[in-house]
Amino acid sequence: MRLSLSSGPHIRAKSDTRLTMLDVLIALLPTTAAGIYFFGTRAALLLAVSVASCVLFEALWCALGHRKSTVGDLSAAVTGLLLGLNLPSSAPWWLPVIGAAFAILVIKQLFGGLGANFLNPALAARAALLSSWPAHMTTFLLPQRTLFVNTAAVADAATAATPLTAKSSSYLDLFLGNIPGCIGEVCKAALILGLLYLLVRKVIGWQIPVVMVATVALLSWALGEDPLQAVLSGGLLLGAIFMATDYVTSPMLAVGECIYAFGCGVILVLIRKFGNYPEGCSYAILIMNIITPLIDKYCKRKVYGEVKKNA
Amino acid sequence: MPKDENKPSLRGVFLNGILNENPTFRLVLGTCPTIAVTTSAINGLGMGLAATFVLIGSNMVISALRKVIPDKVRIPCFVLVICTFVTIVQMLLHAFVPTLYASLGLFIPLIVVNCIILARAEAFASKNGVVASAVDGLGMGLGFTLAMVLMGCVRELFGNGTVFGLTVFGGAFEPMLLFVLAPGGFIVFGLLLGIINAISDKIAARKAAEGGTKA
Amino acid sequence: MTMNFWLFMIDCILCHNFIFSRFLGNCPFLGVSSKVETATGMGLAVVFVMTLASFFTYLGYYYILVPLKLTYLDTIMFILVIASLVQFVEMFMKKSLKSLYNSLGIYLPLITTNCAVLGVATLNITSGYGLLQSVLNGAFGAVGFLLAIVLMAGVRERLESSNIPKCFKGFPICLITAGLMSMAFMGFSGLVG
Repeated sequence: MRLSLSSGPHIRAKSDTRLTMLDVLIALLPTTAAGIYFFGTRAALLLAVSVASCVLFEALWCALGHRKSTVGDLSAAVTGLLLGLNLPSSAPWWLPVIGAAFAILVIKQLFGGLGANFLNPALAARAALLSSWPAHMTTFLLPQRTLFVNTAAVADAATAATPLTAKSSSYLDLFLGNIPGCIGEVCKAALILGLLYLLVRKVIGWQIPVVMVATVALLSWALGEDPLQAVLSGGLLLGAIFMATDYVTSPMLAVGECIYAFGCGVILVLIRKFGNYPEGCSYAILIMNIITPLIDKYCKRKVYGEVKKNA
Repeated sequence: MPKDENKPSLRGVFLNGILNENPTFRLVLGTCPTIAVTTSAINGLGMGLAATFVLIGSNMVISALRKVIPDKVRIPCFVLVICTFVTIVQMLLHAFVPTLYASLGLFIPLIVVNCIILARAEAFASKNGVVASAVDGLGMGLGFTLAMVLMGCVRELFGNGTVFGLTVFGGAFEPMLLFVLAPGGFIVFGLLLGIINAISDKIAARKAAEGGTKA
Repeated sequence: MTMNFWLFMIDCILCHNFIFSRFLGNCPFLGVSSKVETATGMGLAVVFVMTLASFFTYLGYYYILVPLKLTYLDTIMFILVIASLVQFVEMFMKKSLKSLYNSLGIYLPLITTNCAVLGVATLNITSGYGLLQSVLNGAFGAVGFLLAIVLMAGVRERLESSNIPKCFKGFPICLITAGLMSMAFMGFSGLVG
């Protein structure tokens, strides 16, 4: 998924990819740990199945096509982890397996492998699973454990809607993750820790997450919602930090990144407010992924636009 | 009219439409109905047969009139002939199989602009005799039907767990809705095309290799 | 009109996009989408013809076929109207709008067999739309087509240099791309109504 450290024209260097992916995996550690803490062994199992099947499908594709194995660049592992983090903890074990096949084989390899996919594989797989098995993908369990506080929302056990539909959670609960939701999206504190790591390591720029979150906050406020609640609920932070920033499927230059992130924010709020789906983060990013080639085409400095790579 | 020695046999014309020049999988014509109505095998079959009927009819009439129709206005004339047959099919389906008529809906009148039919009128019927044109229409139509049924089966099987309405997988199977939704149509068509390309490449390579060893 | 103007626009362009959810106009969508510039030309030509076609087929249906009780001839009437409209537009453009003709001209004849145009004419009648709503349906539907074909062309330009498996090059990968785009557009479902 992530290709190189530069945001300019793609530099296809293997070692860079591996290092970047390693950084992303490290940045995802707090979120993963929080997810397992909140949702227990079931979450751990789903994440493991997801990562393992992504890596397996990648290896299988390379082996069947007599290609050099690309498992070592860790991109499949990152896709697997992100896919797992995007599932609710109640999902059956076969869900991530099918998601992984879709992400790795259809979205990534059919289009020519790492760096050639036009959609983020983990998100596209999530969208495919959501439209195929809506019930499995939207049955959110409440966390088994809570962090620091024990609130009424948690006490009222069984399954529940995400805090997007149930507005009873406090800011602190939303921030710490004492809410129902996908494995990786509940704990905002862990996600922000990951963001700081990525920024310090210069893996991603600040533009996409900041512009996207700011757009969502402003637009929600304009539509009469609580901006802080809008930012802290649903999959916004997970998407803005880890998925919208995917090098391959986001624009190359800063101007383009800002347009892209703004678009993501607008579509997200529209879907949340008016659409069929409770959360629009993944669809917003996917739609902007589709527009990215056009943004790049018209926001590119002439030097890059005129010289065709591989030509 | 002097008989053309190179004219293919009727059997060749018939098989051509089903295999070598399968309108859906080889020529990639008429993609809209292929994606739109193949949510189940029976819909695919119905659509395929309706198009086959129109193809045979329009091919025969156009072939019979090929010496009468002035070259300059031939396309509008072809379209009129096709349109007439489509209207007939529409009425027949409406009268005898109203449920199928309802599920195919908009795509029955749209057979008029299905590129396969106009393409066969232009490329075959306007140059060949009535019998040959009818056989060509039958071959092309069945080729199209075959493709539609294949698409329908795949989508119905994975998207609903059934084929022609019969349950294939047991109760534990949870169908993958995506297959019968809009994106599934495009993706299944793309995957099938890719697989058929791969198979025909393999066959061509094997034939080339055999030819090489013989020579 | 039963629906608010803006909502109707969003519904036609995003929620019920002609390509991604109504499967109409696939042939030009797949055939003329390899470059953004040509795709834009094709899309604009379709906007032009579809708007006019909605207007004239509506008049033809309700003021000629209905009084004569010949409504079963609708398909034939529609296709005649569309074919002559395309011819007429082509001739008119050639004479009076030379520059527009030069950029759109080559796409015009192709539109006769674009099933989106015949489709919208039929849909207008079967949905029971009034004149204004029919014209808007045609115009916005065509704008949706324009959006889809331009986005597709953008992605295809990007795919050009990718290492796609040989048997998937061309149509197969285009169809899969279209499917994935359609999947992303499902996010818009329910935005209206």
